[in-house]
Amino acid sequence: MKQNELIPHLFRTEFSKICSVLTRLLGIEHCNTAEDIASETFLSALETWTYKGVPENPVAWLYTVAKNKARNHFTRTLVFSDKIIPLLSGNSSTTFELDLSEKNITDSQLQMLFAICHPSIPKEAQIALALRILCGFGIEEIANAFLTNKETINKRLYRAKEKLKTEKVKIEFPSESEINTSLDTVLTTLYLLFNEGYYSESNDSIIREDLCQEAMRLTLLLIENQTTDLPSVNALYSLMCFHTSRFPARINNADEIILYHEQNESLWNYELISQGAYYLNRASYGDQISRYHLEASIAYWHTQKKDTNEKWENILQLYNRLLQIEYTPIIALNRIYAFSKVKSNAKAIEEAEKLQLTENHFYYILLGELYKKENKEKAKACLDKALKLAKTKSDKLSIKRLLDSLK
Amino acid sequence: MEQYALIMRHEDGKKVASPEQIQIWMQQTMDWIGSISAQNKFVSGTGLPFDNARVITASDKGKIVTNGPFGDIKETIGGIIVIKAASVEEAVEFAKGSPVLQGEGNSIEVRKIAKDDGTH
Repeated sequence: MKQNELIPHLFRTEFSKICSVLTRLLGIEHCNTAEDIASETFLSALETWTYKGVPENPVAWLYTVAKNKARNHFTRTLVFSDKIIPLLSGNSSTTFELDLSEKNITDSQLQMLFAICHPSIPKEAQIALALRILCGFGIEEIANAFLTNKETINKRLYRAKEKLKTEKVKIEFPSESEINTSLDTVLTTLYLLFNEGYYSESNDSIIREDLCQEAMRLTLLLIENQTTDLPSVNALYSLMCFHTSRFPARINNADEIILYHEQNESLWNYELISQGAYYLNRASYGDQISRYHLEASIAYWHTQKKDTNEKWENILQLYNRLLQIEYTPIIALNRIYAFSKVKSNAKAIEEAEKLQLTENHFYYILLGELYKKENKEKAKACLDKALKLAKTKSDKLSIKRLLDSLK
Repeated sequence: MEQYALIMRHEDGKKVASPEQIQIWMQQTMDWIGSISAQNKFVSGTGLPFDNARVITASDKGKIVTNGPFGDIKETIGGIIVIKAASVEEAVEFAKGSPVLQGEGNSIEVRKIAKDDGTH
């Protein structure tokens, strides 16, 4: 890795670690201090390494600097007397050592994850906080991922941190009785973080992949921890593996999305597919089926490219069950697509018309697809409506392509 | 939007179907419920298996417990789902789609769920 790539990479991974450990030590109300110390550490790295070259063990270098900066900061501020002295119980400030052991880092990150996913914080802000504190994303990168500007993200983060303060959210592991409810919110946030990357409108495909990878890394943290190694967590991870297996096949050289049935499956990542299967298998115990189980199973069937009756019958039944747990227009539309594969286009059109999602361009794209063979006129009319409703460039482009294919 | 219970009655619950037949019914039932769910009108539902069913009857000798399914009573309840509908007519349309009605003599009762506001 070249130096100009090395620093951003290290920044991502190590910033979040240093930040989590410090925030856990100081309490959530001093989250900004933790961020500052971590930032200063990287500033030192940037200044020193540019002239003297990258040290042999850059991570160890960073930890030493972070520890020194933390120690200096504590001796300077009141935080020290309030928070650290009781912890040190008699140790003097000169022997204070910030614990950057692997175990403490993992514990801190996990506990931060639970703290950030507090129900009082809006989902959007939870994701932004996770990206900042747990994934070490810069403000500009977060703004880029959300297709908004730095000010908006800064405000969002500020409000969320204030809320964590006023709610006096503790950075700790939830008790056994709370773990299931807390875990639900954490999983939703990780799922949304992943989707933000997978479906993002952002043109920056590197950021998109990073978001997905970070979501996967955090989910894996939960799996590696015994108390949170639960079926729904494994199912979510499995779902992420299946989806990312198609990453290389999803985007062409012009950075445009390639639809599933046009993908070159030799570009699919079969290692990730088998990992997905492994974790889906690990998810298959207990007596609760989460939406992640169902979605991972659907994603599994999509890794079978061959159009068999068995495949689509299974997918349809999975959508039937998924909709009972979780309704969204997109799931309803995906179900109709599977329905058309099992029954017929004509029957699927009848079924689709019951939905009347007349504000949704995907609804008309689907109808256009279903009419395509038998009634080109109607197909065109539907796609025209879709084009009017579509908002983003890439959506408009793919609808225009469908219209062209009718000719 | 009101909530309605669709109560599915089988003419003769003792009839034994083949595993293949059961499989087909299951799929049809799931497609039916999936279709209602896809319109965001599904609330909840459950099958009511006959295994281990009991009937408690009040009599002059006290409360008598018998094994189901249910002696002389011809009809048995096989399942219940709760849906959302704008009117009883819409609820009836949903009910008509149920595969239960493929069996002659079977029926579905549509009942409005009482609101929890004391007005019914």
